[in-house]
Amino acid sequence: MVDSLHRALGLTDEEATKIGDILQRTPNPLELAMYSVMWSEHCSYKSSRLHLSRLPTSAPWVLVGPGENAGVIDVGDGIAVAIRIESHNHPSAIEPYQGAATGVGGILRDIFTMGARPIALMDSLRFGSLDDARSCWIAEGVVSGISGYGNAVGVPTVGGEIDFDSTFQGNPLVNVLCLGTLPKDRLVLGQASGIGNLAVLLGAATGRDGIGGVSVLASAGFSDQGDVEKRPSVQVGDPFEEKRLIEACLEIFDSNLVVGIQDLGGAGLTCATSETASRGGVGMDVDISAVPQRELGMEAHEIMISESQERMLAIIEPSNLDRLFEICTKWEVNANVIGRVTEGNKLRILDRFEGNVLAEIPASSLHDDAPIYDRPKKKPEPKKSDSDEIIKVTSDPLDDLLSLLSDPSWVYSQYDHQLFLNTVVGPGYEATVLKLRDPVNGFETNKGLAITTDGNHRWCAVNPRVGTKLIVAEGLMNLACVGAHPLALVNCLNFGNPENPEVMWQLSESIDGMAEACEEFGIPVVGGNVSLYNESSGTNISPTPVVGIVGKIEELYRKPPGFELLEGNHLVLLGPSDIGLGGSLWSALHGFDHEELIDVDFEIHKVLADLVRGLIFDGTIDGIHDLSAGGLGVALAEMVAKSKFGISVARTPDTLSLFGEGPSRVLVSINPENMNDLLSRAESVNIPTTRLGLVGGDRFIVKDLIDVPKETIDSAFVTHLPNALGVGTISS
Amino acid sequence: MTATVGVAVFPGTNCELDSIHAVESLGGTGKILWHSSKNLSEVDAVIIPGGFAHGDYLRPGAIARFSPLMSAITDFANNGGPVLGICNGFQVLTESGLLPGALQKNKGLKFLCKTVEVRVETENSTLTRNAAKGVKLSLPINHFEGNFTCDHDTLNSLLEQDRVVLRYCDNPNGSIDDIAGVCNESRNVVGIMPHPERACDSLLGSEDGKVLFDSLLGAN
Repeated sequence: MVDSLHRALGLTDEEATKIGDILQRTPNPLELAMYSVMWSEHCSYKSSRLHLSRLPTSAPWVLVGPGENAGVIDVGDGIAVAIRIESHNHPSAIEPYQGAATGVGGILRDIFTMGARPIALMDSLRFGSLDDARSCWIAEGVVSGISGYGNAVGVPTVGGEIDFDSTFQGNPLVNVLCLGTLPKDRLVLGQASGIGNLAVLLGAATGRDGIGGVSVLASAGFSDQGDVEKRPSVQVGDPFEEKRLIEACLEIFDSNLVVGIQDLGGAGLTCATSETASRGGVGMDVDISAVPQRELGMEAHEIMISESQERMLAIIEPSNLDRLFEICTKWEVNANVIGRVTEGNKLRILDRFEGNVLAEIPASSLHDDAPIYDRPKKKPEPKKSDSDEIIKVTSDPLDDLLSLLSDPSWVYSQYDHQLFLNTVVGPGYEATVLKLRDPVNGFETNKGLAITTDGNHRWCAVNPRVGTKLIVAEGLMNLACVGAHPLALVNCLNFGNPENPEVMWQLSESIDGMAEACEEFGIPVVGGNVSLYNESSGTNISPTPVVGIVGKIEELYRKPPGFELLEGNHLVLLGPSDIGLGGSLWSALHGFDHEELIDVDFEIHKVLADLVRGLIFDGTIDGIHDLSAGGLGVALAEMVAKSKFGISVARTPDTLSLFGEGPSRVLVSINPENMNDLLSRAESVNIPTTRLGLVGGDRFIVKDLIDVPKETIDSAFVTHLPNALGVGTISS
Repeated sequence: MTATVGVAVFPGTNCELDSIHAVESLGGTGKILWHSSKNLSEVDAVIIPGGFAHGDYLRPGAIARFSPLMSAITDFANNGGPVLGICNGFQVLTESGLLPGALQKNKGLKFLCKTVEVRVETENSTLTRNAAKGVKLSLPINHFEGNFTCDHDTLNSLLEQDRVVLRYCDNPNGSIDDIAGVCNESRNVVGIMPHPERACDSLLGSEDGKVLFDSLLGAN
């Protein structure tokens, strides 16, 4: 029975043999279940760990790097910032609302586990194309889930990105980033220590929801049939429980009551108990009869691997128990002693502390002994160039432009993005800017935090290494556009089936590209998440690494310029003119995906970022837009749609110049009085400048290509998402 | 102004610190009022802030109205004490019967977080005594259930008694007669859906909320 059980649990025969070797006996079904969840791809990173070690992770300001619940950096003034990003792709594919909602809940717990108050959420979302009804249903459900949970839990969703492409049909990407602030000296770690200390389970009762979520859902792809059977593996969230849990935990931290604390996420109690014990170099006895249960007749393995939401495991000294109960009573949070820290290294699961031993496992073996695979990699055959075909395209540039415009406000108007009075620049711009406040008394520091999330599967499909470098470079430039210096990066690596050698090659190349860019830019990677098996009906998604970068603004006294166009402004393009259509939004529109990418020149990029930060700091320019997907055409149109005036530009004679994409290019609008200053500054650091045209009037004019009323641009921009996904607002 | 403003906190409330911040930036003192307490001593005015009191379970405000704090606030209001309900606080006030009408789901059936223009419709309320009638204020809204509704007779009496405090210039949620805020007959209890505490700092986009807090702080 047992040998077929391990396969049903997702363990290979070799992995089952290894478990037998560790225990030096045949594991019982409970033990097998615990190994199966901890050694799943989702928890163990067994296919990616070998490669992740190539990422740079240290800098003098890094307090906690990868491996803990969240990365933590020192931002000065006695304040630390905790940040993490995580995927909830597979649950969202099955049940969009709850999948996304519990993704928010999970990432919040990762942040307040570190002792930080979560102050900002961001979402990087990717769905199938808008002409697919199911993809629209998933998109609407995911946005509703983020809105429903994030708003009610009382943490603002301050930014993110959204994209639609048939590669994500059946397998959407829902990546959620959370950032929190804490007094630097309150940092809490997820470890147990002190023999005789107690493990207290806080929060919701344990039910059968999410049984085996990580092994069943997150570590296998989807087929056409049979997904209904996976439905019970999706967890259900309760933001009100989480809100009370956040407040109770923060009060517990303020009162200095915990030795360590760990959230319960993937692999539930098994992960939380074994991780805290193994990090603390101790053992733990767990009494499963003390775990409050939501339903009758739950089996031991169900209790140990349940992924019921809104739960935390606090390790405390027995003398602090009464005070902890008092705080939990105030916030109406359940608290039950379910474990004791023991000598040695054994995690023992018991039916009552003095009762039967149901499982006995070396705690660290669930983590440290998890298999590491060096899976075979294979570079795909190079595809034939599309350039001959691209030349033949005769589409109208206006039609192309209009179909590339999309205003994400349909999404972010459903999110509270203003709570806590920090949001200086909210969603819809290059990067979000938050006031940096003292986390204890709320006092302003007159400094700012900037955050951006960036991903581009089109670039990475063409070349995962260069594509990933371009993403990191874009994140850096987004921060520069609001005047911020980067401090740390977190990543979410969304890839297909790692057992496919071409997918493994993509993953490895992407990590190399990220490592190279982070080294060059001096940005440490402080945390990450790998989501593999993103495939649907046997087709792998395009490689989609997503990065979140947090930076600091040293003096925040005025709002950065944004997409503003003022009448009489001149439009100037800063940066090299090296662009191409490979991996571009325009190429995707016309079905091309085979051209090469323009690689980033790190030196030019750094110099341009410095120049841009200087322009922001000095208030030299009125508006700014980093050129990215969609190139100059989309950037011009977005600025027009967000402003009151039209434009008239020249020097963009063809499709390539209007829609071509390349790194290190920034569009600025500037008062002519400041033009000489701008030009001389750019010249002094050898950054090329192109004077494109003027702001004014009510038409959108690109000489010889487009001449339409501004209203045409505005309307295409504003109606794109509501038309596809439902109006949501009323016109009066 | 040294008024002390009590700010109600139920489990699930989330705008309490923002409200206190706004009050204190205008010279007042903020004081947390915990939902299980009945102690309103040394409080000159009360704010019931935004959030999701008791998770909005059952219906926004439906559980909060039974709290010990709300019975104390009801006594305070009946004795003429200034009470402002913002967003979820407005919902609590209608559920408590301190204000008429009800707030149902937005007409578009979506949560809405955006900045809207509202017009001050009366200077005769605890919240608008320092504002000029007809002035337009740019204030953020942030709600799913902000669609104000009431029966015909109630609407008539609101209009006859000049009790509409704020109106939307471009109705975002389907509220009857574009109503964004109302007051009680004694004009000391006001409920509004927009969040003036989010509009007291030019760096955040608007300072138009200040005039409302100024009125509240000077109300006693």
